[in-house]
Amino acid sequence: MNPDDLKYTEEHEWIKIEGNEGIVGVTDYAQESLGDIVFVELPLPGDEFDAEEGFGVIESVKAVSDLYMPVSGKVIEVNDNVLESPELVNEDPYGKGWLIKIEITGNKDKLLNAQDYEKFLARES
Amino acid sequence: MTLKKTPLNEIHKELGAKMVDFGGWEMPVQYKGIIEEHNGVREKAGLFDVSHMGEIWVEGPGSTKAVQNLVTVDISKLVPGKISYTMMCYPHGGVVDDLLVYKMEEDSYLLVVNASNKDKDFDWIKENVSGDAKVTDKSDQTAQVALQGPLSEEILQKLTDVRLSEMGYYTWKWVEIDGAKCLVSRTGYTGEDGFEIYCDPQDVANIWNKILKTGGEDVQPVGLGARDTLRFEACMPLYGHELSENITPLEAGLGYFVHLDGDDFIGKDALIEQKEKGVPRKTVAFEMLERGIPRANYKVYKGEEEIGYVTTGSHSPTLGKSIGLALIKSEYAQKDSEIAISVRGKKRKAKIVSKPFYSRR
Repeated sequence: MNPDDLKYTEEHEWIKIEGNEGIVGVTDYAQESLGDIVFVELPLPGDEFDAEEGFGVIESVKAVSDLYMPVSGKVIEVNDNVLESPELVNEDPYGKGWLIKIEITGNKDKLLNAQDYEKFLARES
Repeated sequence: MTLKKTPLNEIHKELGAKMVDFGGWEMPVQYKGIIEEHNGVREKAGLFDVSHMGEIWVEGPGSTKAVQNLVTVDISKLVPGKISYTMMCYPHGGVVDDLLVYKMEEDSYLLVVNASNKDKDFDWIKENVSGDAKVTDKSDQTAQVALQGPLSEEILQKLTDVRLSEMGYYTWKWVEIDGAKCLVSRTGYTGEDGFEIYCDPQDVANIWNKILKTGGEDVQPVGLGARDTLRFEACMPLYGHELSENITPLEAGLGYFVHLDGDDFIGKDALIEQKEKGVPRKTVAFEMLERGIPRANYKVYKGEEEIGYVTTGSHSPTLGKSIGLALIKSEYAQKDSEIAISVRGKKRKAKIVSKPFYSRR
C-alpha cells in the first residue's frame, strides 16, 4: 500500500529522495484519517525549515492539521495544483497530491522505510 | 468513562462509519465522506441516527404554566399536534439550551433537548417546575432517526398509510411504520424538508434498515460531520457555538423566538433590559475574501481592533466557499462591511453577508 521507494515519518509524511532533492507529501493513512481535504497552505520557494518543523497546514471539513518537514531543507517548488484542488491529496496522495519539492540540507537517519512505517501504523491503531 | 451507545451502534460500524466521542456518546461522524453525505441530503435524502438526543416530558394540569415559565416563546398559542423551536434561559438571559417543544395533549409536552445538555436540562427543568406538573426523562426509552432531504416525503410515504403531504412544517403525528408506533414530526436540522421519527429503541433498527432499503440509491446514512455542515449553511444554531450560557438569544439573532410581550419566563427581564439598552453583540454570517478556512474561536478584527470571535466556520460543500458565523460588536455588524479573521496569526479579509448562507427553494 505504501510505496517501497519512499521514506516515511511518524507524522505521516512521505519523502521521495532523488540525490539531494526530495518530494514531500502526506501518506494514504493521513488523507484517509483526515477525510475530505478542502484546504492546503504551503510555503514559498526559498523558505527553509528544520526537520520536524511545521511547513504548512492541511485542512479537511472538520480538522486542521500541521504539515511537518521530514528532513531539514529548502523549498524549491510547491505543487500549485493542490492549492487549487486540495482533493488531489485524497485522490492520489503519492502522485498528483504531492506538496513540496525540497533541497535536502540535513540528515535522513530518522526516516522510516515502508515496512517500519506500516509497523508503526499497526502499533498506533 | 465508557461511551454510551445508541441501539444502532453495531449497524453504523457494519456500514463502515468512523465513530467518535460526541458528548459522551459513540456516534458516527461519517460513513463515505462528509461532502458526499452533505450533498446527498441537499439533492436527495439522508438518514441520521439522533437517538442520543434527550426527550423530557412535562405532564399534568400545571404543565402549560410550568413549560411557559421555562421557554422564550408564547406556549399559549401552541395546540396539540404543533411544535415550537425555542430556548430556555437563565435569569441573566444566557441560554441553558435550545430545544423543540411538542404539544402532545392539552396537558402534556415533550421537550427534545441536546444530548450533551440533557442531564443539566433535566435538573434545570425539575428545579424550576412548580405546581401540578410531573417531569420525566424518557431519553433512554426513546430512539430517534431523522430522514432529511427533498426526497424524504416520497421515501417515508412508502412505509406508512398516513398522508405525509398533509403534514405541515413543525407539526407531528402518530404514525405506524412497519407495525411500530412512531411519533413523526416534520422538523429537522439541515435546512431541507424532512422528518424526525421517534420510536421504541427495540424498533429503531428495523425502521432504519427499512428506510435505507426503501430509499435505495436515493438515501444514504449521514454522520454528525455532515449534520454540522448542513445546519451551519442553514444558519441553525448549535449550542456551545452560537448559543451558550454567555450568549443571549438576542445576541444569537434568534429574537424571532423570544416573545417579550407575552407571559413571563425565566430570563425575560434581562432580555427586555438588553433589548432596551441595545444588544451589545450580534451574530453575523461572513465569507472569506482571502484564502483560509475560519474555525471556531478564531478572532475577528476591524482594522486593529478585536471585535469578536468565530462561533462556527468551515468550508461550505454547497457553496464551495469558506464561510463562518461570528459573534461581534453590534456597531460593526453591517452587511457588506469588511472584517478580518485571524487565521493562525495572519489577518485574512472577509465580508459580512446575509443569513442564511443556504435556504431551500
